[in-house]
Amino acid sequence: MITLNKIQEVLNDTRRENVEELAREAARITRQNFGRTIGLYAPLYLSNYCSSHCTYCGFHALNKIKRIKLTPDEMRREMAPIHGQGIRNILMLTGESYKHTPIEYLKDAARIAGDLFQGIALEVHPMQTQEYKELFAAGVDGITVYQETYDRRRYADVHLSGYKKDYDFRYDTPRRAAEGGMRQIAMGILLGLSETAPDLLALYEHLRNMERSYPGVEYGISFPRLRTIKEKEFVRCDVDDTAFIKIICLTRILFPRVGINLSTREAPQLRNNLLELGITRMSAGSNTAVGGYSLLDKDEQDPQFDIKDDRSVADVVALLKKRNFDPVFTDWRRIENAA
Amino acid sequence: MFNDIPLVIAGKTFTSRFLLGTGKFKNKSDLTESIVSSGTEIVTVALRRVDLERHEDNILEHIPKNVTLLTNTSGARNAQEAVRIARLAKASGCGNWVKIEVINDSKYLLPDNQETIKATQILAAEGFVVLPYILPDLYTARALVKAGAATVMPLGSFIGSNQGLKTRELIAVLINEIDLPIVVDAGIGAPSQAAEAMEMGAAAVLANTAVATAEQPAVLARAFALAVEAGRMAYLSGLPRQRPVANASSPLTGFLYDNAQ
Repeated sequence: MITLNKIQEVLNDTRRENVEELAREAARITRQNFGRTIGLYAPLYLSNYCSSHCTYCGFHALNKIKRIKLTPDEMRREMAPIHGQGIRNILMLTGESYKHTPIEYLKDAARIAGDLFQGIALEVHPMQTQEYKELFAAGVDGITVYQETYDRRRYADVHLSGYKKDYDFRYDTPRRAAEGGMRQIAMGILLGLSETAPDLLALYEHLRNMERSYPGVEYGISFPRLRTIKEKEFVRCDVDDTAFIKIICLTRILFPRVGINLSTREAPQLRNNLLELGITRMSAGSNTAVGGYSLLDKDEQDPQFDIKDDRSVADVVALLKKRNFDPVFTDWRRIENAA
Repeated sequence: MFNDIPLVIAGKTFTSRFLLGTGKFKNKSDLTESIVSSGTEIVTVALRRVDLERHEDNILEHIPKNVTLLTNTSGARNAQEAVRIARLAKASGCGNWVKIEVINDSKYLLPDNQETIKATQILAAEGFVVLPYILPDLYTARALVKAGAATVMPLGSFIGSNQGLKTRELIAVLINEIDLPIVVDAGIGAPSQAAEAMEMGAAAVLANTAVATAEQPAVLARAFALAVEAGRMAYLSGLPRQRPVANASSPLTGFLYDNAQ
């Protein structure tokens, strides 16, 4: 396993030729393992109710935003334009509210999504193994859960109240999801929230342990960078583009088979250039507000974060083809999941 | 000069002994051109990548109709899931030829032989033509014969690794002992490696990553097909065995025959 010093060395090394060498190696490994294909997905925010207070998040419990939770009919209305653009992999998100978005609500959402989508993943509050089993049986194949930071002190500083304060319960979430039968588990850290090198090392160790214990899971990794919300700075992001690229390349070299996801938090030009360097999945045509696809006008929306790449799915597909990538809309065919 | 018997799988006759996988191509036209240039008659398609709703991006639209479709169960982690995927493929119009791929390790992508045997038993009994992908192992291969497999597909090396025949000796055992076509699958990264497998007596070779990620896929696909043919020809010619030492021209037992001269 890589050492903390080595990660630090990579992050500190700004020599152009070394960055290029890292990128070339990452590109080679990615092409060998994934070919020239990029999976496409879209997020759908189901609810922004949240019982936790996380200082960096637009949905946090004390933030004065309009709280919305989609009804089953509204879910269908929000899903239609996503499906209409060709997307077949959906990531459904909520704030962390056990009360407002309990498991029955999530199971209903999964069943509704199952009529339109092949790949269904959730990014919601951490749950128990039995609940993951129920979600899996309802058609959910993937769980995304970020530890945000592995630095316990920093974690306590930014997670002020609510269930998310429980570091250990969150840390154990990928294990419980795997026990529940999930096929895909995505993990990650929020870049800019804490010291990058130690966080990266801890993430790598967490992922390596999961690979050893649950080898059948397809793992994904994401590196969201802290962003503005409605043009308000929450935390100054100290991870510049060069560092960001190095993190992605290093991750690819260390984990040749792991999927690396890229959201619309990043600007179009950077997303375009990252295609060659290790990314395997990207969101497209995204909206990060509840009701943002069809229910609310833009000025009524409260997004979790402001997106930087607002290109449509068709635009992203055209770009991929122009750059000799095959856009993959479908990477799973739903089968009846064993309860 | 060169008379070969055709490859027969489940009663179906094939002239080409090169099978092509369809993943990882940068676009569908590269895939189609590779199929055509190689003359392959069997292509594998992962059902998970088939989008029946989208015509322009539906991979099946890019496979010539005269080619036999071999749906693989990529994504299955156990026999039960492989069986479900195979049934879904058949119900979706992909036919009843299925490559069983049961992988419960996303890092090394090694197949689970035990689960593969179980899936083969169930699907063969249901009338599927089953081509199971395995770690080369004689006991597994014998069980697959009993289970009703149409071929046995041992891996040459890790999927996508281009490392060639790392399992050569184990594959040789299967070729010697199993009365089903042995199709070497996975890790074949160069035409020379495909030729080597055919020289050993493999019935066919499947390649994907090497072709799909080449700068000119259709050209490499053709090269693979030619190499497979050359390897087959060499095998049928009674290729002289390699010897670890020089062959002495005055054998030690020559004196036994001196009086006869």
